[in-house]
Amino acid sequence: MERAALRGRLSWQLATVVELVEQTRRTKSIVLDPPDWTGHRAGQHVDVRLTADDGYQAQRSYSIASAPEDGHLELTVERLDDGEVSPYLVDDLRSGDQLELRGPIGGYFVWERSLGGPLLLIGGGSGIVPLRAMLRHHLATASDVPVRMLYSARSLDEVIYREELMRAGAEHAVDVRFTLTRKQPAGWDGYARRIDRDLIGEVAWPAGDRPLVYICGPTAFVETAAEALVGLGHEPGRVRTERFGPT
Amino acid sequence: MDALDGNAIAGQLVVAFGHEMTTASGVCGRCGGQALLAETNVYLRAPGSVARCRACDNVLVVMVEVRGYTVVDLTGFSALEPA
Repeated sequence: MERAALRGRLSWQLATVVELVEQTRRTKSIVLDPPDWTGHRAGQHVDVRLTADDGYQAQRSYSIASAPEDGHLELTVERLDDGEVSPYLVDDLRSGDQLELRGPIGGYFVWERSLGGPLLLIGGGSGIVPLRAMLRHHLATASDVPVRMLYSARSLDEVIYREELMRAGAEHAVDVRFTLTRKQPAGWDGYARRIDRDLIGEVAWPAGDRPLVYICGPTAFVETAAEALVGLGHEPGRVRTERFGPT
Repeated sequence: MDALDGNAIAGQLVVAFGHEMTTASGVCGRCGGQALLAETNVYLRAPGSVARCRACDNVLVVMVEVRGYTVVDLTGFSALEPA
């Protein structure tokens, strides 16, 4: 009765942790089984709330890493050393634990097959997470729009979903490019610098092709990429952005 | 502090309005600029959450949770249309 009355409302629920997967030294994927989940769209996020023994609560938003077709809910969380929530999620959470969350949330930073393309995904650091959901949605629905991804990370060790993204580049018609800004392995033939207008111009389709662009990363990264695209003549309305910060 | 954007208050907005609001379109009461709520500059560490106009920095939204109630001030908009 109570659940029916609350349908459509955004309510907190306790989801069981099914699996934890270490992605990099600082990031972990948390596979969850929320009891009351109506599905999500690629790019959406959830709010996670931790409650201390004394009742103190801290709440953060985390992007959903799984595609709607994946059949489970996966979050991928980067550990921030001075964070209030992420060190617990990355270091202390165990399979079988329960995590309080609400979602799915958001309607702006969302890509669905029906929106078409060409699709340009630009991610910085853990900003790759919602873009990975979009890429998986693209593959799961056999969407035929051209997809390009530019992923900026400090080093190859910090590339989240490295094998999966490289496989998407090798086996599917997805153009995946990396830029490693601090450290590159010997023989690296990808980009090796921070994004700027030249790099964005090199990777992006011409503005006349009207790509649909999703940019996610730290605020300065997002603004550099978005300003570069608008400066290159892309329509601001087709450049969608999501910023995250060390809050 | 770097600003975030309206995506960061999407959950709070659903709780306050009962539906998705980041794709709602607002008109700034100061400069007349039009933008989606997702495209505002958001600060979470104000007393409560604050969304400001990207063009003129006018305060558009203030949301404060007090004893289980969410208080929302939208007087910075001259118009706000849900998507």
